[in-house]
Amino acid sequence: MAQLVLADHDGVTLRPATLNTVTAALALGPEVHILVAGSGVGSVAREAAAINGVSKVLTCDDERYRHLLPEALAPLIASVAGRYTHVLAPATTFGKNVMPRAAALLDVAPISEISAVVDASTFVRPVYAGNALATVQSADALKLITVRGTAFDAAGTGAGSASLESVPAADATEGASWLSEQMTQSARPELTAAKIIVSGGRGVGSRENFALIEALADALNAAVGASRAAVDAGFVPNDYQVGQTGKIVAPSLYIACGISGAIQHLAGMKDSGVIVAINKDEEAPIFQVADYGLVADLNKAIPELIDALKR
Amino acid sequence: MKAMVAVKRVIDYNVKIRVRSDGSGVETAGVKMSMNPFDEIALEEAVRLKEAGTVSEVIAVSMGASACQETLRTALAVGADRAILVETDADLQPLAVSRMLSVLAKREEVSLLFLGKQAIDDDANQTGQMAAGFLGWPQGTFLSSLKVDGTHLVVEREVDGGLESLRLAIPAVLTADLRLNEPRYASLPNIMKAKKKPLETVTPADLGVDPAPRLKVLSLAEPPARAGGIRVPDVATLVAKLHSEAKVI
Repeated sequence: MAQLVLADHDGVTLRPATLNTVTAALALGPEVHILVAGSGVGSVAREAAAINGVSKVLTCDDERYRHLLPEALAPLIASVAGRYTHVLAPATTFGKNVMPRAAALLDVAPISEISAVVDASTFVRPVYAGNALATVQSADALKLITVRGTAFDAAGTGAGSASLESVPAADATEGASWLSEQMTQSARPELTAAKIIVSGGRGVGSRENFALIEALADALNAAVGASRAAVDAGFVPNDYQVGQTGKIVAPSLYIACGISGAIQHLAGMKDSGVIVAINKDEEAPIFQVADYGLVADLNKAIPELIDALKR
Repeated sequence: MKAMVAVKRVIDYNVKIRVRSDGSGVETAGVKMSMNPFDEIALEEAVRLKEAGTVSEVIAVSMGASACQETLRTALAVGADRAILVETDADLQPLAVSRMLSVLAKREEVSLLFLGKQAIDDDANQTGQMAAGFLGWPQGTFLSSLKVDGTHLVVEREVDGGLESLRLAIPAVLTADLRLNEPRYASLPNIMKAKKKPLETVTPADLGVDPAPRLKVLSLAEPPARAGGIRVPDVATLVAKLHSEAKVI
């Protein structure tokens, strides 16, 4: 039997995390299929068929799947799941939204956001915001899984030549309709997808002074984050928050400015590649996780850093 | 219409968790426990709807050991009208919890079932979506805004890279993200009043649900620790290190 990957896409192209999910699926067995559901998704299906290692693309092109609402999509997943040992989706907001609903329809205990495959029924997943790793074993015949994209390499593309199979639409649950979307129109990268993040904490001092953090971010083409303390102090909106109750990030470079390093903040960023801490308090716990620590007043250090980067 | 809010008792978000050396779980003896922060936001939203006259009654539900009564008393102090504890010593997982919630939501004839988007202990982010699946209700997950519009809801959801707006028929399942509201603290008089509010205790068997876990946790381990870093004396050294040693800029 094969593994099925649920494609995350915007109607035109695949979202990159789908490729990482294919890699996780290939770790479970050689035959991987992809389900592309949507409306007018021919280009997405062709893109999926070219992913290395994918042998079949199931397509379900129907108006009811246009916005990938879980009320419509979960019954479709349930209708094709019987052909597979595992159904996997990326742990994006899309995958997290639909997979548990499909699991309820199938009476399966889903496994969220795995970071490693041990064997066909055993997986590693972070819990307590990554402060512990749980190894869990599923007793269900069918496994429904979401995959943490940063934990698996992206599958290659271009060498695949999967066959296409159209599958019939399933009855959708009524009651939900899509109104609109407002995607963040920022020149800066999105926090959870950024390669570099510059974050500010209470030490930044004021809402006005947060412009320093933004200027450094712009010099590095980085996203802007914040600690909960900075959010609570009203320096920045809540969606900037990195931490256990905010966003979990793992960029290649994380620069923490004026952040003391409370447990709840560390939980959200300690999987970053390289961590830099700039703080005038040399006892700040952030220095214990930082690869490079600079004990300095950020009001002096950040402008210097921006100047140095421009050179 | 009535609202039900699921509240989970978890290790407080400010506590640094310790994995037991035998890998059997997390040390909980003497550790501060609190209401899951996302559930606090869900509860606040339900209480605000009651204060606005949209909702007639707010029922708080928790599941687990008898100590969950504390969490329910907190919910009552914040503004829930009554509470239900599903008492069990079983290792509860989202599948059983969502099934029991769906049974209770039907029994109590609620129109809105609120939850936090995830609990900060197991980080599963499943229970609301699964309850919606069991109930056959529409779901509004990861909400940053909620408006009641007659027989429908207009919700705004936090999705990767932005926001999505949906119109949902009532009854519906709703899960709270961070921006939905800022939860209040319970006042001392309300904490005193909460002690007199009704708290019913039922068992999984009363709800006709087998709470046995389907996922076996084989072990729990600390993630690999970060190697200690170095201090740099000035900005120039920092930039040089990032450039030539770490190669990240």
